[in-house]
Amino acid sequence: MKFSPLVRASVLAISAMTLAACSSTSDDASGTSAATTSEAQQGQGVETGAADRILTPAEQRAQEREEKRQRYADLRQERVIYFDFDNASIRGEFAEILAAHADYLVRNPSMTVVIEGHTDERGTPEYNIALGERRAKSVVDYLQSLGVSAGQMTMVSYGEEKPVVRQSNERAWAQNRRAVLVY
Amino acid sequence: MKRLVVIFAILVSSLFSIESKADLEIVITEGTNSARPIAIVPFAWTGAGEAPYNFTEVVSSDLIRSGRFKPIAIEQLPSRPANDADINDYSEWARLGVEAVLVGTVSQFAAGRYEVSYQLIDPLRGQITGGLSQYIEDEGLVSEQDHILDGRTSVVLASQFRQYAHRISDVVYEALTGERGAFLTRVAYIFVEKGAERPYQLIVSDYDGENARVLLRSPEPLMSPAWSPDGTKLAYVSFENKRSEIYIQDIYTTEREKLTSFPRINGSPAWSPDGSKMAMVLSKNGAPDIYVMDLATRELKQITNHWRIDTEPKWTPDGKSLVFTSERGGLPQVYRVDLDTAKVRRITFNGRSNLGGVVTPDGKGLVMVNRDAGAYHIARQDFPTGNFHPLTQTSLDESPSIAPNGSMIIYSTMHGNKQVLALVSMDGRFQARLPSRAGDVKAPAWSPFL
Repeated sequence: MKFSPLVRASVLAISAMTLAACSSTSDDASGTSAATTSEAQQGQGVETGAADRILTPAEQRAQEREEKRQRYADLRQERVIYFDFDNASIRGEFAEILAAHADYLVRNPSMTVVIEGHTDERGTPEYNIALGERRAKSVVDYLQSLGVSAGQMTMVSYGEEKPVVRQSNERAWAQNRRAVLVY
Repeated sequence: MKRLVVIFAILVSSLFSIESKADLEIVITEGTNSARPIAIVPFAWTGAGEAPYNFTEVVSSDLIRSGRFKPIAIEQLPSRPANDADINDYSEWARLGVEAVLVGTVSQFAAGRYEVSYQLIDPLRGQITGGLSQYIEDEGLVSEQDHILDGRTSVVLASQFRQYAHRISDVVYEALTGERGAFLTRVAYIFVEKGAERPYQLIVSDYDGENARVLLRSPEPLMSPAWSPDGTKLAYVSFENKRSEIYIQDIYTTEREKLTSFPRINGSPAWSPDGSKMAMVLSKNGAPDIYVMDLATRELKQITNHWRIDTEPKWTPDGKSLVFTSERGGLPQVYRVDLDTAKVRRITFNGRSNLGGVVTPDGKGLVMVNRDAGAYHIARQDFPTGNFHPLTQTSLDESPSIAPNGSMIIYSTMHGNKQVLALVSMDGRFQARLPSRAGDVKAPAWSPFL
């Protein structure tokens, strides 16, 4: 792409104006009264700016902890994790939700949680009770690997007896194959 | 039986509203060409006014539902004889092509008591002997009444009419097939009434869905009803304490006791044929394994020990072994374990996997849920040939349970986004659906002979 000298000049001019506008706005934020006094003391045509604060490492860690706490608190609102058909392995997308619950349980050792295992309607009710327990167990094992004590967790499998969606299609089945953390 | 009637009478009034919702109604989905024609003549009523009960309607329905008989329409009957003596011409009955004619009479015996007498007549034999009775008497070889296949007279309480009608069906069925009838049996099942405060209900009804009675209602799931061999008790799983536990309940006295409450799974109870033991699934030691409990001593014996799923124990009729579902080979298949030697052998090999195996009452076959190409159907496998017969075309079939005479299988299936019960004959040729009026019906268990 080629531009004529006139176009190039006008582009530069516009960029310069934009930059000027930006710096004046940031000046406004730092305080008008300071600008007025410095104008009086140092004469006209000067501007002052402030740098971003640099946090001490301790402050930084505290802030990160706070952010993580908030994020974990949000994640902990999620109490259901879903499974593939005839499968009890934890899908990667649920790792962080479980990490959030583990963090909470580790920090609150007196807190207990019931882990319910559920399946879709396919297969026999008895087999599904066993499969539901396998799902609950895989959540328990996962939480245990993150430091949660076994004594804080109990399992109950409802198999196919308590579906959330009472329908016979792939979407309903996917929603019914789940483990639920109940505090 | 008397005790049963008294307690049911008490239950009827209190549970009437529940009963109407849970009642089932049979819809025959697949008839059979091999059904044999039979004439069922409405029983004569000797009193004034209308007959107190339509016995023959119940008998006709029973015989149709067996898949073995096809009662001919009442309008096609040449006459309405009340007993054998009323039949002047056997040939006009023989011409109908029926192999038997049922006739009967009902008369008042006392207040609330009726005398019911009936005869089952072979018109072909009647045609032969009826004309030649003198000759046969002279020879002294056969009784002149040998065309009467069966005949009985009983005094029946008005409250026992329906039961007695099923009894007549049993007599007719056995006289014509040589096999004991199972019309006076019951079915236990779980009914889930959506939106109810206590949606999970344990129900016992007649085998045909009539006379449904709620034995237990719970806010939490109920599962796996299993009959005691004497037909007086049910074992089942209840989650009423937010965990699975096995209970035993007397169906007449409503008395119930908690049998097990081990950590984790307490499931799939199955009474031994002699009633002394209960097979069950427990996962207290890790993976679900099969256990047998002595009901007198409560002593528990672990039968299987495998890190993968073992479940659904069912006794073989001799009480010497259990069949069960195991994942030990990768996918679920049915295995048999000998209780003396603890030797385990896989017995199913057809399709992708097989679950929920039940041994037939004669011990010569296994009925199971066969999974193939994503579909779950009821199938039968013969011992020892291994011949395999898919029996159903319905969808998501589970929980097969066999009638005590081995003629019919009741199971749970999906129909119109609802779980319903269905029947299929042992040869797969007769199929019927028992839809409930509202809610899901599942986990059927056919009672023993009562």
